[in-house]
Amino acid sequence: MTGFGILLRKELLESWRTYRLLVVLGLFLFTGLSSPVLARFTPEIIQLAAGEQFAGIEIPPPVAADAVDQMLGNLTQFGALAAILLAMGLVASEKDRGTAAFLLAKPVTRSSFLAAKLVAIGSVLAVCTAMAVVVGWVYTALLFETLPVTGWAWLAVLTWMSLFAYAAITFLGSTLTGSAAAAAGLGFVALIVLSIAAAIPGVGQFLPPGLLGPADALASGTTTAGELGADLLIPVVSTIVLVAACIGLAARSFGRQEL
Amino acid sequence: MTVVAGATVRIRDLTKQFGGASGVLALDGLDLDVPAGSVFGLLGPNGAGKTTTIRLLVGLARPTRGTVEIDEGRIDPARPDRRHGIGVLDQEPRYYGWMRGRELVEMVARLHGRSPREARLRAGEVLERVGLGDAAERRISGYSGGMRQRLGIAQALVDRPRLLVLDEPVSSLDPEGRRDVLTLIGELHGEATVIFSTHVLSDIERICDRVGILDRGRLVTEAPLPELLARYALPLYRLEPEPGQDAALARLATALGGVPWADRVEVDGIAMTVGVTDETSASRDLLRAVVAADLRLASFERVRPGLEDVFLRLVGRGGTGSGA
Repeated sequence: MTGFGILLRKELLESWRTYRLLVVLGLFLFTGLSSPVLARFTPEIIQLAAGEQFAGIEIPPPVAADAVDQMLGNLTQFGALAAILLAMGLVASEKDRGTAAFLLAKPVTRSSFLAAKLVAIGSVLAVCTAMAVVVGWVYTALLFETLPVTGWAWLAVLTWMSLFAYAAITFLGSTLTGSAAAAAGLGFVALIVLSIAAAIPGVGQFLPPGLLGPADALASGTTTAGELGADLLIPVVSTIVLVAACIGLAARSFGRQEL
Repeated sequence: MTVVAGATVRIRDLTKQFGGASGVLALDGLDLDVPAGSVFGLLGPNGAGKTTTIRLLVGLARPTRGTVEIDEGRIDPARPDRRHGIGVLDQEPRYYGWMRGRELVEMVARLHGRSPREARLRAGEVLERVGLGDAAERRISGYSGGMRQRLGIAQALVDRPRLLVLDEPVSSLDPEGRRDVLTLIGELHGEATVIFSTHVLSDIERICDRVGILDRGRLVTEAPLPELLARYALPLYRLEPEPGQDAALARLATALGGVPWADRVEVDGIAMTVGVTDETSASRDLLRAVVAADLRLASFERVRPGLEDVFLRLVGRGGTGSGA
């Protein structure tokens, strides 16, 4: 992994200087902040918007679990889009611009080149997810009740894993096709297909969306990781296998490519 | 005893075919030895295989067949450690626009294994050397094409390379920048081996001590520059007639076409260039032929043949001679 540390520093500095980190952080913070607020005021908003149409229909008062649902839904949707957009050009753009050839003519291994990018995107997603979850937890506590910190830590980790899976799939596309647009296409198709497939009984728990059920339950405080057992372990292991497969295929392909 | 610094480059049967067996043969069995400390000019027309050779030389591509050895270490894309001590400048250097010039050169020094302190010091030195000292803290996105080329040379030099591989290094520089950079490369003679690809012959004549000419993926010839000129640069005569003598000029051209000592005869509108194989016969008979053709001359000169003539002769595209 020659040159990994230097390349990682370059990737992180690039995320900062090109405002990628700030834009994604802003999006995630907005999600973390707005989700509990939306959950809290949705009944009022609906009644105000619908007026007499909902007369007689009683909307149940919102609870903290609604904030968790809202937050998880928003984070996985906007977060997955952000992960795809961040990963689509990681390899393709560098190849296209000629900067990959510039770096790889130095004493740098190709695995370091790829690993630095993956660790950087993973770090960006981790920081943004963590910040969103912290803000979400605070607002949920302010608007509803205080939920268990451990459960929200699980929420952050599982959400991050789910987002990183979409980033890894897009990264594979970026490496295989050399086209940022094609990589993004693969990422979006994966997002749609996996979301649909997750609804199939017995299949969902083996896919990244299968992480969200346990995340929801843990953050709402209805269960613990120990109680979930295999329901938590299976989607975690499946997602790790999927990510590892994407990275392995990308590394194998990139190792054979000419720049 | 003189110690010559720089790496020895040994290329054997280097072949690169793009697109499978029926694809484009970019390089065809190249054999080449570049001695340590020499400034080697790799010359060839566009598409000759210069850039492919360079990409194979630095391990960015895999050869279809053959080997590249630098100081007896075989170059392989899977062995990046073999790239220590090799500085590379691409034909169209493109860097990270968000980086500062100093940061890029420091990063390259660090990738070559220098400590952060060493990297900082060396980056400062080479940026001064290429004339970018004042612009070192500016973002690369604000650099002109010439500044980027200088930055490329700075990053290639930052590790004090034993082999410097430069692909068209002065292509986007203004005349002053071109002169400075060529002087800089020339100064490396004896310090490092330099392989310098270009299609600008005057640059090669100015700084290279050895020349290899590539054409259609094959090495046409390779030799020290004076030897190459002595071997291939045949004498030329340039005749400029008084205006309005087209018929006489045509008569002379026809007459010279039949003499054994004239290698080639070219008329470019206002002048005639005659390449000769036997200088003694030419110096005796050429003016007689002019008189016989009843041609009045405004000027008559023996032209010192240059690399351009050698190049054009060897790649089979004719020639016009360079000024005396």
